[in-house]
Amino acid sequence: MIEVKHLTKIYKTPSQEILALDDVSLQVEDGEIFGIIGLSGAGKSTLIRCINMLEKPTSGTVTINGVEITALEPHELRTARQKIGMIFQHFNLLSSRNVFDNVLFPLEIAGVPKKDAAKRVMELLELVGLADKANAYPAQLSGGQKQRVGIARALANSPELLLSDEATSALDPQTTRSILGLLKDINKRFNLTILLITHDMNVIKETCDRVAVIAESRIVEVGRVIDIFSNPQTSTSRSFINTVVKRDIPKELLEQSDSHAAPSERILVSISFIGKSAGQPLISSMIKKYEVDANILYGNIDRIKDTPFGYLTLELTGPPDQIDEGLAYLKSHGLEVEVINHV
Amino acid sequence: MFDAWMVDKVLLATWETVYMVAISTFLSYVFGLPLGVILVVSSDGHILENKGVNQVLGSIVNVMRSIPFIIFLILIIPLTRLIVGTYIGTVASIVPLTLAAIPFVARLVETSLKEIEWGLIEAALSMGANSWQIISKVLLPEALPSLTLGVAITTINLVGYSAMAGIVGGGGLGTLAYYYGYQRYEHGIMWVTVIILIILVQLVQMLGDSLAAKISNRRR
Ligand SMILES: Nc1ncnc2c1ncn2[C@@H]1O[C@H](COP(=O)(O)OP(=O)(O)OP(=O)(O)O)[C@@H](O)[C@H]1O
Ligand SMILES: [Mg+2]
Repeated sequence: MIEVKHLTKIYKTPSQEILALDDVSLQVEDGEIFGIIGLSGAGKSTLIRCINMLEKPTSGTVTINGVEITALEPHELRTARQKIGMIFQHFNLLSSRNVFDNVLFPLEIAGVPKKDAAKRVMELLELVGLADKANAYPAQLSGGQKQRVGIARALANSPELLLSDEATSALDPQTTRSILGLLKDINKRFNLTILLITHDMNVIKETCDRVAVIAESRIVEVGRVIDIFSNPQTSTSRSFINTVVKRDIPKELLEQSDSHAAPSERILVSISFIGKSAGQPLISSMIKKYEVDANILYGNIDRIKDTPFGYLTLELTGPPDQIDEGLAYLKSHGLEVEVINHV
Repeated sequence: MFDAWMVDKVLLATWETVYMVAISTFLSYVFGLPLGVILVVSSDGHILENKGVNQVLGSIVNVMRSIPFIIFLILIIPLTRLIVGTYIGTVASIVPLTLAAIPFVARLVETSLKEIEWGLIEAALSMGANSWQIISKVLLPEALPSLTLGVAITTINLVGYSAMAGIVGGGGLGTLAYYYGYQRYEHGIMWVTVIILIILVQLVQMLGDSLAAKISNRRR
């Protein structure tokens, strides 16, 4: 769907040159929701804006459905953009137009005949649940409603791709959830590919199939969200995950262990469960099978998009060889096991 | 002093002023509006960025705006004669009034359009809008309340300028005040013209304000 190759962007200001993207390559598949997460200034907006050429890359290419966007003539680019919807953090609705006319706007640009366009607008307003607000002006809407108009507008010309630049960053958590729900719904219904950027790991966790972690202008990690949650490879990813899932066990919890076992017979492990295995009582069967005792220090069960995801911190006590076998047993059943430390 | 003949004279002069100002306001927008739009869209980082065009037009506007109107009036007499055939009278005054207002209008329009959030332009670009669509569907409609106030300011300025033009034979209330008030010491007439000018200015301002508020309120 989208293929980004060796994308580099340097902003030249009178005083300095800012390297905003440093040799970024990326592939987004048809029909997936792909997230890009990074701290402020990491280059997320620059990257997403290079994809529809709102920002011209310094070097590198962007190809969408086989069309090299970075090589198009201005008029070709305008036509291509009609098939790439975009939604924004601050909605960017025209205050001079009511809801109906805002959604009509991209259809006017594309030269869709009036009658067809009006019908399409009403369809879209139904889709986003704002049919009763057709005559309202943006200033009369809540943030969530404005973003729904933004989404309807972005979908007007039946795009192949939807770009979302921090679309929920200006919304409260509850509204965020409903907007993300709408995006997931649209993604499923129309098999629409969505590329979204955010600095909020919750957004990634709730909506994305895959994620790229961007830090200091480079992509440091890419993968399925589930994989990155259960087994992050970089400290950047880990700290983002920690904002959502508490992986760092409070010191007090570690110290309050009342076990009298010798240090060599005690071990702290963190275990991640994904999908079906989250429901299986693997821990208790391990305790039964091996000479190992488990003390749960911390636990949490959550959902990554539609997959259950659990996380446990255990203190295991027992003979070292039995502990090792127990851990091997857990791993063999698809659990991600990480030894935190020998207390 | 206020016989029927004089009343007729005052009414005629008022009409001439209204006529002069209305036509020059209109004409100054015919030229000043596009000029203001070009100043904006050709500026750095805008949709039709063009340093050369922007600097040349910007300089012309600045030069024209720095000439005091009373001097400008005299300077362009040859041009006025060329266009109208004479430099005296109401119709002839329209030339200097319009020419003096064009750069003023251009800057007002520029200021109004620059207030528009870049995000709106970007949204339109992301939909594949061309430059003309952005100007006609985003810039101008979004700036409409502010542009309306600009028209009122321009009109009011032109009322003042038209009085100045009147002193060099431009007709309207200015000529009346100058002829009777200054040359014949009939101060009563002068005060009458002043009061009429005040009323005109108030009317234009009120109209502009209420129109702009009406547009904004509809969107609120
Ligand atoms: N138009 C510009 N001119 C100069 N520098 C820019 C421009 N746009 C962005 N930058 C710089 O490029 C870097 C990346 O910016 P970018 O907006 O892509 O970050 P971001 O990841 O989207 O951050 P945020 O989460 O704050 O939106 C930053 O250092 C920023 O200051
Ligand atoms: Mg950003």
